Amino acid sequence: MSLVQNFPFFSIILAMFSGILSSVLDGKKARNVSLAAIVMTTVMSAAVLHFCVRTGQSYTYMMGHFPAPWGNEIRAGVLEGQTAVLFGVVMFLAVVGGMDHTAMDVEESKQNLFYIMIDLMLSSLLALIYTNDLFTAYVFVEINTIAGCGLIMIRQIGRSLSSAIRYMIMSQLGSGLFLIGLSLLYDVTGHLLMSPAKEAVAAIEAAGLYEVPMLVIMAVVSVGLAIKSGLYPFHYWIPDTYGYATPTASAVLSGLVSKGYIFLLIKIFYRVLGRENVIASQIVNVLFVFGLAGMLMGSVHAILERDTRRMIAYSSVAQIGYIYMGIGLGTQAGMVAALFHMFTHSATKALLFISAVGLYEVSGDRKDFRSLQGSGYRNPLAGIGFAVGSLSMVGFPMLSGFISKLLFATSALQSPHKMLPTVIALAISTILNAVYFLRLVITLYTIPEAENAAGKGNDKRQRVFVAAKGQGEASAFPASSRKLRLAIVSFILLNLVLGLCSQPIVNQIGNGLTMFE
Amino acid sequence: MNTPLFVNMEETVSIILFGIGFTMLMLHRNLIKKILGMNIMDTAVYLFLAVKGYIRGRMVPIVADGIQDVSAYINPVPSGLVLTGIVVSVSTTALMLALTIRLYERYGSLDLDEILMRAKEEERA
Repeated sequence: MSLVQNFPFFSIILAMFSGILSSVLDGKKARNVSLAAIVMTTVMSAAVLHFCVRTGQSYTYMMGHFPAPWGNEIRAGVLEGQTAVLFGVVMFLAVVGGMDHTAMDVEESKQNLFYIMIDLMLSSLLALIYTNDLFTAYVFVEINTIAGCGLIMIRQIGRSLSSAIRYMIMSQLGSGLFLIGLSLLYDVTGHLLMSPAKEAVAAIEAAGLYEVPMLVIMAVVSVGLAIKSGLYPFHYWIPDTYGYATPTASAVLSGLVSKGYIFLLIKIFYRVLGRENVIASQIVNVLFVFGLAGMLMGSVHAILERDTRRMIAYSSVAQIGYIYMGIGLGTQAGMVAALFHMFTHSATKALLFISAVGLYEVSGDRKDFRSLQGSGYRNPLAGIGFAVGSLSMVGFPMLSGFISKLLFATSALQSPHKMLPTVIALAISTILNAVYFLRLVITLYTIPEAENAAGKGNDKRQRVFVAAKGQGEASAFPASSRKLRLAIVSFILLNLVLGLCSQPIVNQIGNGLTMFE
Repeated sequence: MNTPLFVNMEETVSIILFGIGFTMLMLHRNLIKKILGMNIMDTAVYLFLAVKGYIRGRMVPIVADGIQDVSAYINPVPSGLVLTGIVVSVSTTALMLALTIRLYERYGSLDLDEILMRAKEEERA
């Protein structure tokens, strides 16, 4: 066994221990420990990815001294590696970009607690990605929920506390369903490790036994994880949660946490329940319908919303709908599209939340999106970042959103019954996306009328700059820091990479899914 | 009297309890009762697991009198799962209670609807 094969385990443990270490450090040191942990785990995940691509196969890693059907296992393959690398990069940039705001929003004495939560979040996400054991997955789902709740409530304002309790309640409903689903599955199969459980499920299906319990298990596990990832009818905690947390927390929660649960659901479909059984049970059709509903209703809510951050949050509802629609298509191509959109959404939504920070800095921290008028001139880089993110979500060519829409449309062609609804919903949802995202982008580049009339110089931009300086007291930040700029530029590059070099990534996703089976 | 629901009485009871807890957590407006509901829900799952792991006429899986034979003991895995689950539910309960205290200190109410309404008003003010 080569050293690289130990890396998944090392990265989970490293992230967890850096959290424990941070509890005795002060805020700054905890932040640096956390950043170092993220970088190291990402590098290790990249090594795992490289190893799996090179050898062309996945491997399992025995935890402790008990072999397969009894002990605990970690499994790493191409898809796991890819997801872990992308999550690591997005998390690093989100932490770096929101660093100054974290320092401002969180009390001095509680700074290290925020980074403990970040470390725990990282470790639980990695564990959800790599684990091969269902009960371990449950435990890390709960750790993820607690860390997520900590990230929301650390900003001690009324709205974030009340949204934290709502988040906990919805998450507990989801975890409860997931737990009873696992218990039933353990009853029926007698296994908690994914690979032996899959064999047992196959034997049960072949014998035609336990039809109703298997259906209940599939339904309960899917609904549980769908509640936790915020699929449409269970979405009402999303806007408050993402809208009132600190920017880093919003980016991490919308970009990564919900994706971790979706990844787990796909893993369970492929590695435990068996894709054919899930399709035969019609569960995918239910997910498909709710996905379509989410795509449309999320966008409609976003159009009605006036607060920029809540608008971006409602757009998350729509994008989660896209992902579930891809899963609901039930084909391999649909699943690839869903996974690619998962990557796209992680990168783009984090970009939007982080560049919105840059725009708020120069406009005073007001809720209404009209207060952002002209901010694209006052903070050019954040304006560009926001425009790129918006265009990517709308599906502009060259950016990653375009590729995922293309993948959804082409995969829909392969399933004749679902082709028409998918394509129609894609078209309508794209138009709705364009309505609110372009409205935001146009607002960013509109000179406020009052200033337009009052100004005397010829250069409009000059005037806006002067006006911005005049109202400089409204914002606590003189200019966006170098860290924020670095994060925005890197996120834009990440989007371009996903958009322009999509083919190898898509091939590897397909490859990874084949390894799942 | 031989219907499956009656034969598997313990499982039936635990699923009914799960349903009661789930509904309480979802629909009740009082935060403390929501937390009680969450605990009922989790405990119902533990009851289910414990019942499923028990085999009539066998002993607790602790080797005491030198009996090494596997068939003398019940299945130890569900008990392990229950222990892990209890740890998890204790920590989530603690977190939710802490949040409830914070909200009660701030808004003087345990009613979730009222808390959400006051939080919105507070923001507008």
